[in-house]
Amino acid sequence: MSFNARSAWSIYRRELWRFLRTAFQSVLAPVLTTSLYILVFGSAIGNRMPDVGSVDYGAFIIPGLLMLTLLGETTSNSSFGIYMPRFTGTIYELLSAPVGVAETLAGFVGAAATKSLILAAIILLTARIFVPYDIAHPVFAFVFILLVAASFSLFGFILGIWADSFEKLGIIPMLILTPLTFLGGTFYSIADLPAPWNTVALANPIVYLVSGLRWTFYGSADVSIWVSLALTLAFLVACTAIIAYIFRTGWRLRN
Amino acid sequence: MPEPILELAGLTKVFPGGFKALDNVDLTINRGEIFALLGPNGAGKTTLIGAVCGLVRPTSGTIRAFGQDTKSDWRQARARIGLVPQELSTDMFEPVLHAVEYSRGLFGLAPDPARIEEILRSLSLWDKRNNRIMELSGGMKRRVLIAKAMAHEPDLLFLDEPTAGVDVELRKDMWHQIDAMRARGVTVILTTHYIEEAEEMADRVGIIRGGKILMVDQKDAMMARLGRTEAHVMLAQPLDTLPPAIAAFPVELKEGGRSLCYRGGDGTGKGREEVAELTKALIASGIDYVGIDVRESSLEDIFVSLLGDEEEQAA
Ligand SMILES: Nc1ncnc2c1ncn2[C@@H]1O[C@H](COP(=O)(O)OP(=O)(O)O)[C@@H](O)[C@H]1O
Ligand SMILES: [Mg+2]
Repeated sequence: MSFNARSAWSIYRRELWRFLRTAFQSVLAPVLTTSLYILVFGSAIGNRMPDVGSVDYGAFIIPGLLMLTLLGETTSNSSFGIYMPRFTGTIYELLSAPVGVAETLAGFVGAAATKSLILAAIILLTARIFVPYDIAHPVFAFVFILLVAASFSLFGFILGIWADSFEKLGIIPMLILTPLTFLGGTFYSIADLPAPWNTVALANPIVYLVSGLRWTFYGSADVSIWVSLALTLAFLVACTAIIAYIFRTGWRLRN
Repeated sequence: MPEPILELAGLTKVFPGGFKALDNVDLTINRGEIFALLGPNGAGKTTLIGAVCGLVRPTSGTIRAFGQDTKSDWRQARARIGLVPQELSTDMFEPVLHAVEYSRGLFGLAPDPARIEEILRSLSLWDKRNNRIMELSGGMKRRVLIAKAMAHEPDLLFLDEPTAGVDVELRKDMWHQIDAMRARGVTVILTTHYIEEAEEMADRVGIIRGGKILMVDQKDAMMARLGRTEAHVMLAQPLDTLPPAIAAFPVELKEGGRSLCYRGGDGTGKGREEVAELTKALIASGIDYVGIDVRESSLEDIFVSLLGDEEEQAA
């Protein structure tokens, strides 16, 4: 198996260029929404809320809100990245190039993940303006955000290949990711839920992401960081395998 | 000695749903030639190109480009093939130079500003290099797609209907561009449903319909085989019979002996020479005439007659 770094780099650079071209929508909108959440729930309402464990409520919700934006934006950015060329027909060039699944993923998914990292950094910096917080394990936090960004970029890529309409493209982030993130302990600790809901909630995969990120911030969480890491890695591997299969069969890409 | 650059053997494509767009196509393209794939809409031209370029997965058959199987050695093959698609599909917000540089990088080549400049200049795009593609006219947009396809210096270039829906001026210009590519040593395969275009541009022509290649030949040979010269000589005085010196030509009397009709030749110009001989013979025989109308049959006539035969067979 060969890997053409130049091809991958070209795709990566061009995708980032397209992102920056539309930076106004692609960065400003999510940063604004997340800031509003933090402002309203964190600063305004948060002052009347009791601390969760030893963490101030305003700070407590930041990892969950970051995760909310990260999942939604990463998935839709990445899915658009591959859906649009399919939709407009420009994908012919990629399909006729000496480029395999590895270069394609490195380029598209790498760019989508990079965008998410940029977005996450801006959101965290903005949040500091409203709510004081510290990150207990910055290296873990970075690795975890990177893992989530990469795996949901892969997930979005699958979505963008699967979708055959704009409606379908929007449906998964809106109808699945957002509700699951809201229910996944963004605004509360799972442990505070009454039985049996504290157990039922564990069936929600997003719980492990929110909890994992929260651990990297405050050193305590609903589930072990290792469980969160392992599940995220497993998701990443599963998405990669699905994409490899899609490329081998040409599904939705080649007639 | 022609050297094959592309060999299709038994190439068949059945789309999901059962439509057979390519039916057992055998075709060999030689290095350095300009090959025109001529056929009506829906004949399978785009599908054939797609199969070679990796956009369409063949149902059966083999494709060898530069001697390598495009299924197993797809990387090597694709690196040397360029494609200008039928539709004007490209990121319209992108500046021209950016788009062309991207194409070169995508195909794995190191940046080469001098080479890119040369390509853009040859297509008269250099002055527009910083324009967004959406700002260009239709003809210029297609040139950008050509520049993108040429950016990785392919040895084999596909042009899918390069002049469809384009005015006469732009068509002539495109032919000029194609000539320039041949001069660079690029093998060009173009599809068209304009017979005039195949006649003008191609060294060899393949006629495709219903996914089947009906005929492939040198353009000249095709004309020779199927071409005809038709001449009508308007006689000053009606004739009942022809003197032997005239009857030796492939002629017959028409319109009650007022007109002498010649049908012969082979599309290589032999017919016209024979008509000249005929007129001399008429004068030598003392037969006067008041007008001559000479017409060469075009690829169009060949096409129509070929398709006509097909339809008769099918009926
Ligand atoms: N993806 C597809 N699925 C089903 N049928 C297709 C598909 N693409 C093309 N066809 C059919 O295959 C035939 C050949 O199409 P095409 O190769 O585009 O013809 P041409 O380029 O000669 O006009 C047409 O009848 C077309 O409708
Ligand atoms: Mg076509």
